Amino acid sequence: MSDQTLTPVFQIRDLDFYYSSSLALNQINMDIQRRKVTALIGPSGCGKSTFLRCLNRMNDTIPGTRVVGQILLEGKDIYAPDVDLPHLRQQVGMVFQKPNPFPQSIYDNVAFGPRVVGLAKKRTELDEIIEQSLQQAALWDEVKDQLNENALSLSLGEQQRLCIARLLAVRPDVILMDEPASALDPIATLRIEELIAQLKEQYTIVIVTHNMQQAGRVSDYTGLFWLGELVEFSPTNLMFTRPEKQISEDYITGRMG
Amino acid sequence: MTSSLRLTFDREFEETRQYLYQLAVMVSAAIDQSLKALVERDLKLAEEIIANDGEINKLRFKVEEACLALIATQQPAASDLREIIAIIHLVVEMERMGDYAAGIAKTTIMMSEEPLLKTFKKIPRMGEISREMLADSVEAFKQHNADWAREIAARDNEIDDLYQSIFHKLIKIMAKEPEMITRCTYLMWCAHNLERIADRVTNIAEQIIFMTTGDMGELPG
Repeated sequence: MSDQTLTPVFQIRDLDFYYSSSLALNQINMDIQRRKVTALIGPSGCGKSTFLRCLNRMNDTIPGTRVVGQILLEGKDIYAPDVDLPHLRQQVGMVFQKPNPFPQSIYDNVAFGPRVVGLAKKRTELDEIIEQSLQQAALWDEVKDQLNENALSLSLGEQQRLCIARLLAVRPDVILMDEPASALDPIATLRIEELIAQLKEQYTIVIVTHNMQQAGRVSDYTGLFWLGELVEFSPTNLMFTRPEKQISEDYITGRMG
Repeated sequence: MTSSLRLTFDREFEETRQYLYQLAVMVSAAIDQSLKALVERDLKLAEEIIANDGEINKLRFKVEEACLALIATQQPAASDLREIIAIIHLVVEMERMGDYAAGIAKTTIMMSEEPLLKTFKKIPRMGEISREMLADSVEAFKQHNADWAREIAARDNEIDDLYQSIFHKLIKIMAKEPEMITRCTYLMWCAHNLERIADRVTNIAEQIIFMTTGDMGELPG
């Protein structure tokens, strides 16, 4: 048990990533620690989102992309030929910048995954999963009396938490978040950040954010990407008080160029 | 060289530094004047120093408020954050140095009823070294020079030696001539204040090292 806690969930080894012939990620090496929040920062186009999308092979949907190197999830190469992609994406779920609930009831949104995967045999079991997932996403109290209402009637912040609940319903190990709060107001943003703090007790979280203060607030480790390279990967408190690399220093203090 | 995207921040940060330098000048002047008042038994000057200490305190709070505002509104990080934290420490140290100078001025006034005692040359010498240490530390701060800060802190030994020497001399006098005890004790207080002033410069040096390298630690002092 304690051994498992110490081993990283993801081990990324010499990862290169190409969009056609253009190299977007260059020799990335990183360990992603279990039940910790890892933040990825860097300017637009630096490769942080591309990297995030490598972790559950979302980039596979883009034609002409190519991966070199290894991404090991619990010691197994996720790019091996025998990998079951739906299972991988169940294990490694993703939340996007804009909340994208299905235009269905709140209940059906959360029930979608468990139904597809066949997690619940009975309606009562499904109800239980729905309640638990909404609880974990800190949304239950707000929506428990309106589960049959359309998810699109929720506020943006609530929609984003619903998307998180939808993802939790299939019991992932890792949650990838791509700018999960950038479309939200400050209060809704803080709710998401608090939620992240709660979720990390059970889940491993990797978050891409443009908001450096947010990275500072929510994460345990921070990786700084720059021109497709991982320039520095450090415990967050060190990254924001005494970064090792000059590029990190310049980026974090707003002095680039 | 990097160019900043944070012009407002840089401007406000520079203003804050300027207040810090101004404070250092005021404190250095207070130390200088306090020794002048002591040596020349100038009570008017001593009273001015005491009155002026309020201005030093005010400026200290002004700098602290400016630092708080920078942290609250600009969310500085990395070297910027370390420098702002260092500045907060520096102004506290400098303000205390001002208090010690005012303490010397107060002692000068208390001594005014006592017959004149030939002041030891070593006491003004302690003041000179302390002021040099302070001035150098402000330069080392400006240049982010941690090595220089260490050298400055090492000069505290010179101060300690002078203090020890003054201390023993005064003890000897007191043992021989009990009627001199009051005067000697007053002088001892002055020397002690100067010794504390130099210790404060050592603290400033520690902050310069922290600001520059991120290393926290205590220098011998």
